[in-house]
Amino acid sequence: MDKSCATTGNSGPKVRSDCQITLSLKNEGGISIELKSKVETLYGDSVRSLCLKMLRCLGIENAHLEVVDSGALPFVIMARLEAAVKKLTGTGMKFLPDFPEDNMYSTARDRFRFSRLYLPGNTPSLMINAGLHSADGIILDLEDSVAPEKKDEARILVRNALRQLDFRSAEKMVRINQGERGMNDLDSVIPQNVNLVLIPKCESPENVREVANHIREITAGSGLAYPVYLMPIIESALGVELAFDIARADESVVAMAVGLEDLTADMGVRRTREGNETLYARTRIVNAAKAAGIQPIDSVFPDVADMEGLRNNVAVSKALGFEGMGCIHPRQVALIRQGFAPEPEEIEKSKKIVRAYEAALSKGLGVVALGSKMIDPPVVNRAMRSIDLAVRLGLIDSEWRNESSDEIQQTS
Amino acid sequence: MSIPTVINAAGRAVPTEINGKPAIPFRGIGKYRPSGNKYGPPIPSCIDFPPDGNKVVATLEEALLRCGLRDGMTISTHHHLRDGDLISNSIFRIASLLGVKDLVWLPSASFPCNDPVIQYLEDGTINRIEGSMNGPLGRFVSEGRMRGTAVLRSHGGRVQAIQDGEVRIDIAVLVAPSADSFGNAKGTGGSSACGVLGYAKTDAMYADKVIVVTDNLIDVPCLPMEIEGNYVDCVVVVDKIGIPEKIVSGTTQITKSPDRLLIAELTAAFLEKSGILKDGVRMQAGAGGTSLAIGVFIHEILRKKGWKSKFGFGGSTKYMVEMLEQGQMEYILDAQAFDLESVASIEKNSGHVPYPVFNAYNFHSKGNLTSMMDIMILGATEVDLNFNGNVVTHSDGYLLHGIGGWQNCLHARNVILPLPLFRDRIPVIVDQVTTLCGPGELIDVIVTERGIAINPLRQDLIESVRNSGLPITTIEKLKLEAERICGKPSLPRFEDKIVAAIKWVDGTVIDTVRQIKK
Repeated sequence: MDKSCATTGNSGPKVRSDCQITLSLKNEGGISIELKSKVETLYGDSVRSLCLKMLRCLGIENAHLEVVDSGALPFVIMARLEAAVKKLTGTGMKFLPDFPEDNMYSTARDRFRFSRLYLPGNTPSLMINAGLHSADGIILDLEDSVAPEKKDEARILVRNALRQLDFRSAEKMVRINQGERGMNDLDSVIPQNVNLVLIPKCESPENVREVANHIREITAGSGLAYPVYLMPIIESALGVELAFDIARADESVVAMAVGLEDLTADMGVRRTREGNETLYARTRIVNAAKAAGIQPIDSVFPDVADMEGLRNNVAVSKALGFEGMGCIHPRQVALIRQGFAPEPEEIEKSKKIVRAYEAALSKGLGVVALGSKMIDPPVVNRAMRSIDLAVRLGLIDSEWRNESSDEIQQTS
Repeated sequence: MSIPTVINAAGRAVPTEINGKPAIPFRGIGKYRPSGNKYGPPIPSCIDFPPDGNKVVATLEEALLRCGLRDGMTISTHHHLRDGDLISNSIFRIASLLGVKDLVWLPSASFPCNDPVIQYLEDGTINRIEGSMNGPLGRFVSEGRMRGTAVLRSHGGRVQAIQDGEVRIDIAVLVAPSADSFGNAKGTGGSSACGVLGYAKTDAMYADKVIVVTDNLIDVPCLPMEIEGNYVDCVVVVDKIGIPEKIVSGTTQITKSPDRLLIAELTAAFLEKSGILKDGVRMQAGAGGTSLAIGVFIHEILRKKGWKSKFGFGGSTKYMVEMLEQGQMEYILDAQAFDLESVASIEKNSGHVPYPVFNAYNFHSKGNLTSMMDIMILGATEVDLNFNGNVVTHSDGYLLHGIGGWQNCLHARNVILPLPLFRDRIPVIVDQVTTLCGPGELIDVIVTERGIAINPLRQDLIESVRNSGLPITTIEKLKLEAERICGKPSLPRFEDKIVAAIKWVDGTVIDTVRQIKK
């Protein structure tokens, strides 16, 4: 293989919002750039000057650069070019896009994680508008959706996407690779305000602790202040048996997911629509998660076209105790959110509990009661979360307290 | 030699002369009033036609010669066979072989299948095209390679220009899926059915000579007579007028893009929450994937509320047919059928009525049908901060689309443009449109995946969705967001040469397209 030439990115008739970069290092002659761009008239000059600036920054003085641009945004071009340079020189230097303040935020440990939308980590066109679909979480996937030879460039692309893209308060998640590669993934993405890391094919508490410790090293070293939560994914029979230990392996674990494709493969059974073959695994994972005080999250539903199947799947999931599931397409998000959302009776009951709690507070009472029934603080918390969720889902008005209610009762 | 230009009422520099004929600069919406009489073709007499009514001639060449084909003539065609049209190109091939020069081609629209006419533009057979251009043809014109200046008109504007005598058609070649030997013709039947011949009626009435070309000759009478044989000079029977699978899409499909679906959902929510969507609503939407999705969402709302649309204008699609058949739409008034389900519906549903909508689009007529419409869903390549719209060029300055019925439809009560904020990296909301096709005063709402901007002229609409929970924003904010994501674009550079004139619905010149600077 020619060590002086590297190609990164993608091109082709179906590729959009991406570019393919071929960089050839030379011994002399300075830098020459050959750009074929769908947006030459509007952005040709700006693409050329960005590439030139980057190459200089990364210490490249003599090279020929070919760019086939299908309307890539600057952060994509930057990722592709950095990856090409890294392939050739092994440089540790980075060329980071801006990180607008609006894109930096933290999430809460107990936030809702009903829907988390998987995005292949090397496909920019699917990332750009991902924040618009109201998923609770966005997963930039470095693992199964990225071909082995594209892992290094995907890592840079995901890093840049985390800085540049506005995911509109969705929890920013990254699914890292297993083993050593996963540690490298963490080095690259953790400093970019990742909210949660998914650990694939998790089979032991050590898998979790290794990731947790590595994240702590990175954050401690760089003085980063935001929390980074963990969601191990159980995808093997062994993982299922150790689910409880995995769930409580580290305090940063907030949820535990099940991956049914790999699990059924590991068990040597066929995945069916009814899912009887994984019933034990799923209920065990739900129980382990509940026992550890974290959220159990169901697998993805693989057939995007089958909305009725998805609806049934969500209903079963919720009934088993899962508190969310993965989405492989934005079209699944609304149905999943709706499915896991509190039902009307639950909302009405929560309203009463919250009203009773607030009434008790205003009177300085330590005990909340509804009718003759005492209400424990976790029930109040849960009711508040249901209300909060119902408001966020647009099921009730944020001013619901102003609605008339004649059912408030209270003991003194 | 450059043609003198003046600044029109929209602030655009336009010529006062196009292809050697005087042109009136745009004066503002509803400001230009025509005078004089409609154009009339020469008076024919039945004594020049066979008493048995049989007007069939052997070949298209013979028909063209009988109609007196010669240098400088204007030949009109229609695009109801869309990308499956096999006849238009052959007209110019015949003309080229006969050594005829400087023809003017007046298509109601051109399609990629018409790209071969480039050779006849190059060899001088055709002087210019007055009609839409896209793909390689658009590129050819944008690069300044056509001899004459293109003139782009809306569907209604084309009718207006023909009626007013601004364009005189020497020979109209009218391709018909079924016809009889007298020249009566219709859009259904045979192997090349397209549903409706909506574009051709005007040409039949105003052209000096009319040739009907069919591959399905049936006995007199061909019913219904969409085109009456009394207008027709010759009938030509050929093996094949079109490629069926390219005439109508087998089936139209709503968009699968989650982003476009989101725009469609937001549009439907806007129509519902603003109160524009109501029982008895009159509406029109195109056959693009996003428009179709909006139609499906509207259908759901109508069903949920127990409402019914009084009528919709086609371009019909299976989604409109579903509304009709399931009772949420009373009539489809149809100028063109976009899919096989619609073609079938015209034959079986009494509420699905062929209707020459484009005559109704004619601004120089007694009333404007589009101004009676409540909801008009349209597209655009660009919209600017003044809500001006562009549909003919892309942001790089190349001609890529025709105007279609777009300008005519702008007169509806509520004009909604569902658009992505950017396509790949190309911002759709810009400082100033590259080519002005529709004045912002007529464009009411822009719905993007990142927010909805309402024209400040429509305070009533702004008021109607206050506190609706919809993501209402301003056009300025949308533009800034597009630039934040894509970067500030450079502008295309042009030569002085005018390659195309853009007509407004009243025949005045609203803007021009200039040659791309290489």
